Amino acid sequence: MSTREITLTVNGRRTTLSVEPRKLLVDVLREDLGLVGTHIGCEHGVCGTCTVLRDGRSIRSCTTFAVQADGADIRTVEGLAQGPELHPLQEAFWEKQGLQCGYCTPGMLMRCVEILERDPDPTPQSVREQIASNLCRCTGYATITEAVCAAAEVMRSGARAGTEVAS
Amino acid sequence: MTTVDRPTPPVRTHKAERTWVGKSIRRVEDPRFLRGRGGYIADLVLPGMLHAAVLRSPHPHARIVSIDTSRAEAAPGVHAVVTGAQAAELTDPLPDFGPNPAAHTWRCLAVDKVRYVGEGVAVVVADDRYLAEDALELIDVEYEPLPPVVDPLAALADDAPLVHEPLGSNCAYDRTFEFGDVAGDFERADVVVTDQLRWHRSGGQPLETVGAVAEHDPATGGFRVHTNSLSFTSYLFMVATALKIPANRLDIVPMPAGGSFGSKLFVTKPLVIAAMCARLTGRPVRYLEDRVDNMANCDHHGSDRHYDVRMALTRDGKITAIDIDTVDDYGAYIQFGVGHHGNALAQVVGPYTIGSVRYRVRAVLTNKNQQGAYRGFGSEVNNWMLEQMVDKAARELGMDPVEIRRRNFIRSFPHFIPTGNVYDSGDYDAVLDKTLELGRYEHWREVQEQARAEGRYIGIGLITAQERSVFSATEFWFWFDEPGAPVTSMPESVTLKVDATGAITATLYSCAFWGNSPETMVAQLVAEEFDCDPHDVSVVYQSSKNGLPATGPGGSRTTVMLAGAVEGASAKIKEKARRAAAHLLEADPDDLEWRDGGFEVRGVPEKRKTLSEIAIMLHLFKHSFDEDVESGLEESKVFDHPYTTMPSADRKDLGVFYPFMGHACHLPVVEVDVETGVVTFLDYAAVHDCGTLVNPRSLAGHIQGGTAQGIGTALYEEFVYGPDGQLQTTSYLDYPIPTSLEVPELKIGHVETPSPWTPHGIKGGGEGGRMMAPAAINAAVNDALAPLGVRITELPLTPDRIRAALRAAGHGS
Repeated sequence: MSTREITLTVNGRRTTLSVEPRKLLVDVLREDLGLVGTHIGCEHGVCGTCTVLRDGRSIRSCTTFAVQADGADIRTVEGLAQGPELHPLQEAFWEKQGLQCGYCTPGMLMRCVEILERDPDPTPQSVREQIASNLCRCTGYATITEAVCAAAEVMRSGARAGTEVAS
Repeated sequence: MTTVDRPTPPVRTHKAERTWVGKSIRRVEDPRFLRGRGGYIADLVLPGMLHAAVLRSPHPHARIVSIDTSRAEAAPGVHAVVTGAQAAELTDPLPDFGPNPAAHTWRCLAVDKVRYVGEGVAVVVADDRYLAEDALELIDVEYEPLPPVVDPLAALADDAPLVHEPLGSNCAYDRTFEFGDVAGDFERADVVVTDQLRWHRSGGQPLETVGAVAEHDPATGGFRVHTNSLSFTSYLFMVATALKIPANRLDIVPMPAGGSFGSKLFVTKPLVIAAMCARLTGRPVRYLEDRVDNMANCDHHGSDRHYDVRMALTRDGKITAIDIDTVDDYGAYIQFGVGHHGNALAQVVGPYTIGSVRYRVRAVLTNKNQQGAYRGFGSEVNNWMLEQMVDKAARELGMDPVEIRRRNFIRSFPHFIPTGNVYDSGDYDAVLDKTLELGRYEHWREVQEQARAEGRYIGIGLITAQERSVFSATEFWFWFDEPGAPVTSMPESVTLKVDATGAITATLYSCAFWGNSPETMVAQLVAEEFDCDPHDVSVVYQSSKNGLPATGPGGSRTTVMLAGAVEGASAKIKEKARRAAAHLLEADPDDLEWRDGGFEVRGVPEKRKTLSEIAIMLHLFKHSFDEDVESGLEESKVFDHPYTTMPSADRKDLGVFYPFMGHACHLPVVEVDVETGVVTFLDYAAVHDCGTLVNPRSLAGHIQGGTAQGIGTALYEEFVYGPDGQLQTTSYLDYPIPTSLEVPELKIGHVETPSPWTPHGIKGGGEGGRMMAPAAINAAVNDALAPLGVRITELPLTPDRIRAALRAAGHGS
């Protein structure tokens, strides 16, 4: 099958690759770039497990062809922690037990990065509404909402700027 | 009455003060998952690995006339195409615990006929998944459609088409059990309450599907298979048999599961498909279900029951007997037999002093995906049925739902229920009191009354129900008179190793990370024994090769059983360390006591050796010790089920098989929009008692998360098979899983009534909120609709069902 050359900037690193036009972005991230932190859940765009940020906006990477992302800036869970230091959202998820099996976690974290970049001081209800985009089968969501609000506070207090991490 | 010997184990004395058990520490597993480094099955790539995809049947019931694979075989990147008939030569039938397995043979692919929509008929192995799926479309199958068997009640008719011809019937099991004087109790009853209830099928639906990566070694004929399913150590021989190899040639490597909720328990089909293809192609093969595979061909749909129930009571609300007749739609195969009803019989009378029980179960085969396990394993359905009956009785007697429950609570322990199972301990009044307070019961009753005056329908559900834990496998065979077997031991094992620096590693067997917290739990238990930081304990999962006896998670058994294994292995290590310390301190071992991470001479704290000081001596300087001391400091413990007894020969008493009995009270408050049938939560309180807590926050996670699943079961989720046998819900658009907007934040409380018979007094609690929530939410909706004369006895309570019930009662069109 014929391939097309595309350029992606993934977690700040620019890469040019040759992909089949039908290859999904999530498969390119996982198979071609080895970034297996982005998981596949429902494969039809409902569950949000495969969420990544494309030019700062969350997308479903399981229903996006990689060629559609040509030239885009992509951020995945692998871009959150800086070496040994976890992102405030990761810290807060750990502290509040915002995860159990961990499978929805990378997609949920990326969705929450977006939520906090748009509104650094969301109410719990606003968080609840916005994470309805992503399914979690384990936690029942309460600890995720708690974690996002806790992380927002840490990030606002300037302990560490979220944008600095994600660029 | 059958007289049964009921020995009880010795009562344990529990440590009064605990350092780590009972603390909500951060989970030791989390850092890797937070970084996207979970190491799931889909992340595993082996050199030369190929990918398998399965062609699924579009028919619910059809004869396979012919399959032509020639076009698929010629497709780009294809290495092999295997039909069901070929697979039946390459493999033997899959393990089946059901009655009379030869009469409903279950294989990894269908051979001569398909029995449900989604059943596999062929598998393609190709260079990648895209190419494998391309080739699936090139397989030509000619089917001769047969009339489908969809309705389980119609399936029992003499002239119904047969799902399995050799069985000669669609009824795989039918037996009535009587415990106590049922007829007499009904004769003496002041009131008999009857009802019919219907629980439709749903499923675990973890966000990660089931998969396996298999490697074949042509030199030995053996396999190494990585899979996110488990419980293979003790039952390895069954899978090995399916692959036609000796069990000692099969090594199964547990991978973390991205959620299971029961649905990854002992899943053999993907494993056997991957292994079969690896042997055939000589290359490692991955078979990972896609979402439609997981919904339509997963072997783990949940319970699907019709109930006819009668309950006998005295005029003042004392329940004396219950007579249950259930028809369970098992789908096309019956891999775990009717073990689900063993779960129900473990706690069939709930927390109540009901004196006699009749239980008839008919297991019916239909053209649907088969049942497996889903959080509760059938006991959550019994909870719902029983609580519905109690509420109906309260209504007929004009009693308050709180009052009728209090009138029937068991208050003396241990308590043997009529089926023979025992409840070890409990304090049901304390749980109820705490829930009423936490959930502001009186407040909501007032709000409800005001709302009714305004034409709004607010309902308060209150249920008190059981969560059995730590099963013994007798519940899988006491159904049959033959073959009889001795009582099953169902062990779990742990190896603890203290290295030369004093650092501790725990090895777990037939266990993997399942979203539960085995590493945190074991680390806390080890830390409790050795006074170290749980975050410094390393935990590893052993593959089945070199595995010690182990049953694996399921039935909320892991924490209790691993606690016993950790306790036993720790005692052995401390015994060796004590002798070593005594030698080094030139003291009598009996004069030493364990204190703060080391042994010291009682009353002489300066004469002590820490665990690391002892460990380095034992590892590197063995010759300093007596001849019989071996190098190293490593011990294992195989911990067998601490309390299980034989059923009676006539099965009028099933013995003790699920003795550590948790309890909970749930109190949801809902508002029902009678125009749309939509249910909204206004409040939700839940108090659980599963004995001594190891990590309260982890248990709260099971309660909140299990309740979220229970909300799905109660209000939204259903695998709908149409009258034509087609599965109509094969995406998350049709099978809606609750989002953050459908799940309220629970007010969670804990009561701790320690078990007298387990380490630290722990009971299992992993099935959490899903044991209770469906019953509680149904009760709340019925309470809301009571003024309209509507009571719904069918789950899930979709807006359609609620509206239909309202219309039937003459409310709206």
